[in-house]
Amino acid sequence: MSSLPGSPEGAATTGLVDTPVDASPETLAQLPPLTEQTRLEAREIMARYPQARSALLPMLHLVQSVQGYVSPEGVALCAEELGLTKAEVGAVATFYTMYKRRPTGRHLVSVCTNTLCSVLGGQRIMDALSADLGVHHDETAADGSVTLEHAECLAACDYAPVVTVDYEFYDQQDVESARELVAALRRGEKPHPTRGAPLSDFRGISRQLAGFSQWADDGSAAAAVDAPWQAGPTLIGVHLAEERGETAPPMSGPAAPSAAAEEPRETVRPSGRTGQTPGEEAADARVAAADNPAERAGAEQAHPDRGAEYGQPRGRQRAGTDTPAGTEPGTSEQGPATSPPSPTPPGKA
Amino acid sequence: MPLTPVLTSRWGADQPWRLSTYESLEGYAALRTALSMTPDELVTLVKDSGLRGRGGAGFPTGMKWSFIPQPKPGETPTGPAAKPKYLVVNADEGEPGTCKDLPLMMTDPHSLVEGVIISAYAIRCHYAVIYVRGEAVHAHRRLVAAVQEAYAAGYLGTDVLGSGYDLELVVHAGAGAYICGEETALLDSLEGYRGQPRLKPPFPAVAGLYGAPTVINNVETLASVPFVVRGGAEWFKAFGPEKSPGPKIYSLSGRVVRPGQYEAPMGTTMRELLEMAGGVRPGHELKFWTPGGSSTPYFTAEHLDVPLDFDSVAAAGSMLGTTALMVFDETDSIVEATLRFTEFYAHESCGKCTPCREGTYWLVQILERIVEGRGTAADLDLLTDTCDNILGRSFCALGDGATSCIASSLKYFRDEYIALLPPEEQGRLGRSLRLEPVGAAS
Repeated sequence: MSSLPGSPEGAATTGLVDTPVDASPETLAQLPPLTEQTRLEAREIMARYPQARSALLPMLHLVQSVQGYVSPEGVALCAEELGLTKAEVGAVATFYTMYKRRPTGRHLVSVCTNTLCSVLGGQRIMDALSADLGVHHDETAADGSVTLEHAECLAACDYAPVVTVDYEFYDQQDVESARELVAALRRGEKPHPTRGAPLSDFRGISRQLAGFSQWADDGSAAAAVDAPWQAGPTLIGVHLAEERGETAPPMSGPAAPSAAAEEPRETVRPSGRTGQTPGEEAADARVAAADNPAERAGAEQAHPDRGAEYGQPRGRQRAGTDTPAGTEPGTSEQGPATSPPSPTPPGKA
Repeated sequence: MPLTPVLTSRWGADQPWRLSTYESLEGYAALRTALSMTPDELVTLVKDSGLRGRGGAGFPTGMKWSFIPQPKPGETPTGPAAKPKYLVVNADEGEPGTCKDLPLMMTDPHSLVEGVIISAYAIRCHYAVIYVRGEAVHAHRRLVAAVQEAYAAGYLGTDVLGSGYDLELVVHAGAGAYICGEETALLDSLEGYRGQPRLKPPFPAVAGLYGAPTVINNVETLASVPFVVRGGAEWFKAFGPEKSPGPKIYSLSGRVVRPGQYEAPMGTTMRELLEMAGGVRPGHELKFWTPGGSSTPYFTAEHLDVPLDFDSVAAAGSMLGTTALMVFDETDSIVEATLRFTEFYAHESCGKCTPCREGTYWLVQILERIVEGRGTAADLDLLTDTCDNILGRSFCALGDGATSCIASSLKYFRDEYIALLPPEEQGRLGRSLRLEPVGAAS
């Protein structure tokens, strides 16, 4: 992600790297070339989107699927195909953690060291693997077998602590199981991940992320999808509900039938055509009336979702922080998430 | 309250991710019903159900859909109404503690696909994208397979189920950036740029993907939609409180006996959920927990009876977020936990806004020296002051979220910070505390 103006301790605490992309002659000499097929596949990705530039992230995954990192050649290919400068492509590639600046080992081992995993042993796993391999974060073992990194939360807290290999999960690890896992990888083995599909390698999984099958045939691809997995924590609530005989309230029946059931197709095109029945026209008119720009603007100004997915309606939190420690927050001012209009943050007017 | 499997009701079936299983369990029945309704009727239905966004902010879903400018009767559309509409699914799950969407896509991806089709139809959209977190290759794989099956069966593509409605659905993998879970950063990323948030307004409903009207919904939100269509608004409102209804997947993790996913009505309390999860591990007691991920202020044992719905949690001083219930016991240091979370925010700050970029960096420095026993008496106020200079001063909520754990830990556990200060610095505060030795980890 972003390169903070980095002091060494900054890099140590945040794991940020600002090393340049590896373009040494020795590295480049060993890279498999990007071929005409790579270029055709890049164009296939571009065709998936209304605007070609949307293909850039999958195209960078595609480059990694061939060369194991985002090479100068890969940057050039993306730039040429998308009509961008190499600097524009490089700016994107350096933003995202999953795009690597140096060739990745055959496998990428990621250890979650965020709070929850760390508390349950993730940091000790990271330290042990680091000692075994003789490498630090974002470095590759001398034999080229494994690149080690610490990862931020991998959205698997119910399986903590977790380790991933080429992003395939090995759940509920401890120091010993993780060391054995990495030792097996270095022996050339591929221990079966916890969540189904067999382990391939960093380049194979990059191909999947680019939107292509990494498997030789449809049968292998289907087998990867259907491979059994150890879904303990995922299913624990479902099994408990069965045990207790608890269920959701039954549905009484289907939703109210539509008066216009026979002509749904006419209303779904963004063609400007009006509804076909008097009822529909009335409904449209009501929507139009309620939907005037001023009202809409007002509603959106009150949108508590400014900043959206972190669940952080502005304003309310401020009250909490301004509350002196040790006292209760002013509950009277902490209304429902929909009510307080968002104040304009300073400096943005 | 009892467990109420709805979203999770198919999870225990044999190969629930396969279309044949899904169809045998009422799958795509809601789509047929939806296609027999008008888009406006669907928007009204979802509004009436009271469904609120499950991605953290809890914005009413039907209202969000109704903000999309649509052509008006008898007029040639101009402006945003004349542009294509887009539906983008936020499947970039990564808020620490949050682990509900990946299991959902892993076990029952068709429920998301069906929800996408119905919702896209409701907003008159013909092109939808599911933006899946890059590291989630296991869920991505099942989702891609589900979309392929849905195309082959005629649920996607041209003339969906003979209705005349067309929809293209693309599964798009991200590349490792928490910030892309913020909806406008997600849009920038999806357009092939660095994932940095946009200033709002304009809101995505008016100028979103490619500058066109766009709805961005969370996975769990959209997976709820087929159930709303099948069960109706009144049925949906039978779960939990009136203003925050519906079934909800609660994710328990950490120091509990049986961590995992528990689906119960909105408004279920932590006390009830902890009981289901077997309680805190034997011989230990609850110290602090998060109601909705690392961006939501900590709760303690005194909050066990707060109903976990959007409004009740807000009234108690935190946020429901993603109902990511991380549980910590007396052996866990609140200051170290807070340092870890803060390191996360420093790493994931996109760098666009100075208060967040610089502030999270300095918060890490301060917390680190406190944890290492090098803190000063002034550091506690400095933490608060730094938080005040981040909160509300950046484009998006990442910086705001970074201050939650610090402010709330200072509020409930100030003495634990003080106990980490050297004795002479404690003296300046008129205190003399010693931290009880605790196990560093299990």
